[in-house]
Amino acid sequence: MGAGAAFLALLPFPVSAAVEDAVTEFTGGTEPGEGGVELNAPEIAENGNTVPVEVSAPGASAILLLAAGNPEPVVATFNFGPMAGSQTASTRIRLAKTQDVIAIAKLEDGSFARTTKNVKVTIGGCGG
Amino acid sequence: MDNVKPRVKVPSKASAGESVTIKTLISHPMESGQRKDKDGNVIPEHIIDRFTATFNGETIIDVAMEPAISTNPYFEFQAKVPESGTFTFTWHDQDGDVYEETGEITVG
Amino acid sequence: GRWSRLAAQQMLSQDDILGFEPLGNVTLIHMTDIHAQLTPLYFREPEVNIGVGANRGEVPHITGAEFRRFYGIEDGTPAHYALTYNDFSALAKGYGRMGGLDRIATVIKAIRAERPDALLLDGGDTWHGSYTCLKTAGQDVVDAMNLLKPDAMTFHWEFTLGSDRVHEILDTLPFAALGQNIFDAEWDEPAERFKPYQFFEKNGVNIAVIGQAFPYMPIANPGWMFPEYSFGIRDEHMAQMVQEVRDQGADLVVCLSHNGFDVDKKMASVVPGIDVILSGHTHDALPEPVVVGDTIVIATGSNGKFVSRVDLDVRDGKMMGYRHKLIPIFSDVIAPDAEMAAQIESSRAPFLADMQEVIGQAEGLLYRRGNFNGSWDDVICDALLSEREAEIALSPGVRWGPSLIPGQDITREDIFGVTSMTYPEAYRTEMNGEFLKVVLEDVADNIFNPDPFYQQGGDMVRVGGMGYRIDVRKPQGERISEMTLLATGEPIDPARNYVVAGWASVNEGTEGPPIWEVVESHIRKLGTVNSDENTSVTVDGA
Ligand SMILES: [Mn+2]
Ligand SMILES: [Mn+2]
Repeated sequence: MGAGAAFLALLPFPVSAAVEDAVTEFTGGTEPGEGGVELNAPEIAENGNTVPVEVSAPGASAILLLAAGNPEPVVATFNFGPMAGSQTASTRIRLAKTQDVIAIAKLEDGSFARTTKNVKVTIGGCGG
Repeated sequence: MDNVKPRVKVPSKASAGESVTIKTLISHPMESGQRKDKDGNVIPEHIIDRFTATFNGETIIDVAMEPAISTNPYFEFQAKVPESGTFTFTWHDQDGDVYEETGEITVG
Repeated sequence: GRWSRLAAQQMLSQDDILGFEPLGNVTLIHMTDIHAQLTPLYFREPEVNIGVGANRGEVPHITGAEFRRFYGIEDGTPAHYALTYNDFSALAKGYGRMGGLDRIATVIKAIRAERPDALLLDGGDTWHGSYTCLKTAGQDVVDAMNLLKPDAMTFHWEFTLGSDRVHEILDTLPFAALGQNIFDAEWDEPAERFKPYQFFEKNGVNIAVIGQAFPYMPIANPGWMFPEYSFGIRDEHMAQMVQEVRDQGADLVVCLSHNGFDVDKKMASVVPGIDVILSGHTHDALPEPVVVGDTIVIATGSNGKFVSRVDLDVRDGKMMGYRHKLIPIFSDVIAPDAEMAAQIESSRAPFLADMQEVIGQAEGLLYRRGNFNGSWDDVICDALLSEREAEIALSPGVRWGPSLIPGQDITREDIFGVTSMTYPEAYRTEMNGEFLKVVLEDVADNIFNPDPFYQQGGDMVRVGGMGYRIDVRKPQGERISEMTLLATGEPIDPARNYVVAGWASVNEGTEGPPIWEVVESHIRKLGTVNSDENTSVTVDGA
């Protein structure tokens, strides 16, 4: 049980205009397709301040990572160079509450791919 | 900024053309600009906003970082190793400081 | 007492309890979730244990008469008393206490006498839960368990001793500490101090035991006490480990798990190749294995009430058959093992006077287990309301904590049995009505999310001073309604602040007196503790 030190709104949240703006800036307005990009994140974050996330898109030149429910949705842009062994990267991110994490990849042929994973951020407490 | 310590995990050996996994960590608060101090004043944003990794001068990965990257930024990625050489890892702090770390790998 | 001993002995004998027709070439002995209960106790099983999604109406989510019907248990029998809640106080007077590590030692020695190659596996929640365990930082349990010579163990509440203490104990542990899902948080690599699995060659059979620690440790318990570690279910890594041990020649793959029962069932369905899952954490006691595909899942209860024996016929790298018995530890029937009894007595001696001090009397049955409330938790919530002058009390829905039957003295040790932990501070704070709803919704989703991988395995947070309605079928955010301040009968106002007292906060720096002092002071004032029926929660969709 939390002692109520911090107020967290923990409910899913509609994707904001800021998210769509960031996507448009990355894609130049091209509508992303499905397939070609993967996003791995835990179902439940152990700690909302440091949530492990892995993005992967074979052949991509860049992957944009967004946290749709954060006050500032853009998290990072991974640009892969000629010496990349794969177009895969992992990092740890802050999630203010339960929300969708989004990855958008710029693929080899210039098209874009998008995927989403919901990550639950819980107050915690209790146990068996 | 003082007391910023980069650490990397790079294998010391590989076979030619192999892809190797690299892990990096750097101690840094990544102050998000979203927090307030005890008096209610916003603590100003102070982050590392770019990370790059190269092998023998050629880019592996180049990351644009925002305040949602956690304290002590961590990256894991893979690099091609066609020959022996040097990895160079560079973190760019918003305050203008640049932190660098290198790692050697032998292809045999 | 003497009466219960006589009654129980008329119905049961040690030979009946231990009777088992051996099978095959492998024997596993499973114990789990003893919560440091070294001496015999009463423990009432739940009346309310709701299953959701695919697990609705499935074991272990049936209770009482329905449970007895499902397993063909006659009313009034020892199994009725041991496994279900009805008529608990009356049956407890007849059958007496259960558990006690000295009785468990007798059972284990008897099994080993027959099957010297038996493996003893401890599912965790072992070094937590009693007065002496708290005062010795787990040492009393470690010393007693070492006498049993387990072969391997996995973990949950142990980590609330703090990682320094856990490491100190691990340095001296004469058996395998397992957890394929315990990772180093900094580099995201398997933690060095916990091996994913251990091989045992017994009777010519290569047995691989893979450990699975509690997946939601830093969420359900204070992560700041063990910041070096990360957990999670890590079912993909589990699948890799199963493949790895098969490649190394495992004939039998056993998973020693602290996932909780529904999580284990789902894991068995998504990770192929596990023969046996020995399941812990959710404290379910099931008289038969549940079969998921080619995997059998065993649930051995809690608080030392049961030990499971599983005999297996393993041939050509395949499990060809099994026989299982959930052995009830009737304390008045099974003779205590002298060596273990002496060990327990000596570890208790320094604390005996302090912990046996009588604080009050129980007029009604005091129990905890159940999804929504228990009479012991009502006492704790009442103590928080009155001693901390709060409008609303919150108490964690943990599943450990022995019961007291009507007429029993309440000793300090009994109070620690339901409160002992390393983060006991009874805080007092303000929360607005909106936040209180968020809290209830959050906890409810940890229990009633239809996907078992989102279930953390506790019960609902206990609430004092406030009533509510819950529909367990709804999604998060829509389950809780009709929140009412009981003192006035008025609806909870989302915008108003309420004074809330609680304990067991996972937040670092929480302040307040330890909960056992709050409860002791309250019980002293009451003298006799009654347990009125609690009707403050209305449940839909059960
Ligand atoms: Mn337990
Ligand atoms: Mn547990």
